[in-house]
Amino acid sequence: MKRFFRNKNFTVGFILSLIVIIAAVISLIWTPFDANRMNAKLRLQGPSWQHPLGTDQYGRDTLSRVMVGAVNSIIVGLMTVAIGLSVGVLLGLASAYYGKWVDETIMRFSDFLFGFPAVLTAILITSILGPSMINAMLAISIFYIPVFARLTRAVAMLIWEREFIVAARAAGISEWKIAWRHVLPNILSTLLIQGTIQFAVAILAEAGLSYLGLGTQPPHASWGRMLNEAQTYMSLSPWMAIFPGLAIAWAVLGFNLLGDGLRDTLDPKMVRIR
Amino acid sequence: MIRYLIKKLITLLILLGLVSITVFAVLFVLPGDPAQIILGINATPESLATLRAELGLDKSFMGQYAHWMGNLLLGQSQQSIHYKMPVYELIRDSLAVTGPLALLAMLFALAISLPFGIYAARHQNQAGDVVVMVCTQLGLATPEFWFGILLTLLFSVQLGWFSAGGFPGWSTDCWGSLKALLLPAFALGVIRASILTRLTRSSMLEVLSEDYVRTARAKGLKERTVVYGHALRNALAPVLTIMGLQLGQLLAGAIIIENVFFLPGLGRLVFNAIGQRDLPVVRDIVLFMAAAVVVVNFLVDIAYAVIDPRIQLE
Repeated sequence: MKRFFRNKNFTVGFILSLIVIIAAVISLIWTPFDANRMNAKLRLQGPSWQHPLGTDQYGRDTLSRVMVGAVNSIIVGLMTVAIGLSVGVLLGLASAYYGKWVDETIMRFSDFLFGFPAVLTAILITSILGPSMINAMLAISIFYIPVFARLTRAVAMLIWEREFIVAARAAGISEWKIAWRHVLPNILSTLLIQGTIQFAVAILAEAGLSYLGLGTQPPHASWGRMLNEAQTYMSLSPWMAIFPGLAIAWAVLGFNLLGDGLRDTLDPKMVRIR
Repeated sequence: MIRYLIKKLITLLILLGLVSITVFAVLFVLPGDPAQIILGINATPESLATLRAELGLDKSFMGQYAHWMGNLLLGQSQQSIHYKMPVYELIRDSLAVTGPLALLAMLFALAISLPFGIYAARHQNQAGDVVVMVCTQLGLATPEFWFGILLTLLFSVQLGWFSAGGFPGWSTDCWGSLKALLLPAFALGVIRASILTRLTRSSMLEVLSEDYVRTARAKGLKERTVVYGHALRNALAPVLTIMGLQLGQLLAGAIIIENVFFLPGLGRLVFNAIGQRDLPVVRDIVLFMAAAVVVVNFLVDIAYAVIDPRIQLE
């Protein structure tokens, strides 16, 4: 652990991300106010002792909503990376192991997905399936599959050639067991690094979709949605537009730095794939 | 070179074909019957059936695809259901906003990233380099639409220098139109500059450690000549590649920023059309945007092969 904390990126990223996670966990049991409770008398207030981040157009407490929004962002980050990882790793392993037309098909398919304008496709998917947080997560994870598939393939191909795999094969262990027991543990650190970076990207993407009204639906708090509402009241209450955006930048910076720190410590030679 | 070009061109055509089928298939399952949307909820089944036949909606999947592609290749654009005008005219008008917006954004990105990237590389690990790298990390973490909102807050709401959104139109007010694009282009440009600055720095560092640079220095050339005359040209190749890719993505991906600034560009047009279930508009614009990305990627590949002839051999 000491090795990690000697890296500045990791330390700063760890602290920033930890604060987001703590805020999210606390919000599950306690928030300063009910995040959805409206109060017409307290509309569009600036920061005060009672409401440190002010209130929105319905008099809801912004701090409570930013805290609840953190849960939202963490769920989106976790789920999209989980879907992208599980499908991507399977495809990547299959691609590296079978080679030939399987490899060619999977890789051309991922080229094809990479070529598509991501924002537009995500908007289309959420429009077809209906705007909701789950559909936004699906739309984001589709683009994560080729990222993890390519990464897994590239690293797995190197490991597949190593002596200990040849030895395992000679011992008569089945190919999928080799992949699961010997190849996967060796590419775990690479996947962890990329997973952290994609986690940050997912927070940004969900915020964008929610800003357009295609992600998390009201009255649930989401940082992107809060910014959309803030824009209407910008001249009356500029604070509304500042704190949710700050929360997004804070969380993304935290997880980006964490990913960079993990890469510097675990795998200095790895090229960052974005 | 010609063999390479032909090979790339064939791949481009196959990709474009695949893209068109995918776009068509995805929109084929989009809920909502265009005939019902045009005629409203009081339409009789007979009039609906007639209109469906007119629009070619009663044909099979492949039949409808062939109808659409045939019309496109013949240069006949469908009518928009909502705007009641040919889709290509809508695309042309909104491209007059999105095109200059994307170019301006890339200009901003280039104007920021080149000097800062070169500076950071020349002063590696010094205070200036650290400041530049911290700024790029902040840029990478900032959502561009939030940055756009902050710019509006400062320059429109507080200082009143710019309007908070909207677009007067090139023919009505040329200077006003350019002004309307400055803030959104800057918001897009700064975020992209974060990536480009990092890339310029790392590419420059790599080139500066090469033998020919050492030779140039050993010859007694001035540092300025070594950096700008010898190293920069080679360091720029990867930067230009990423810039090209970013430009392609910008043509298709300025949707959110166009919404922040209420710009009548391609992104906003397609976003509204999706909401209005204006299928002909959605289909043609999505195809146009996807094709723009594919074609720009193709041009970048070709440009790269011209800059670095070794690529043609791979």
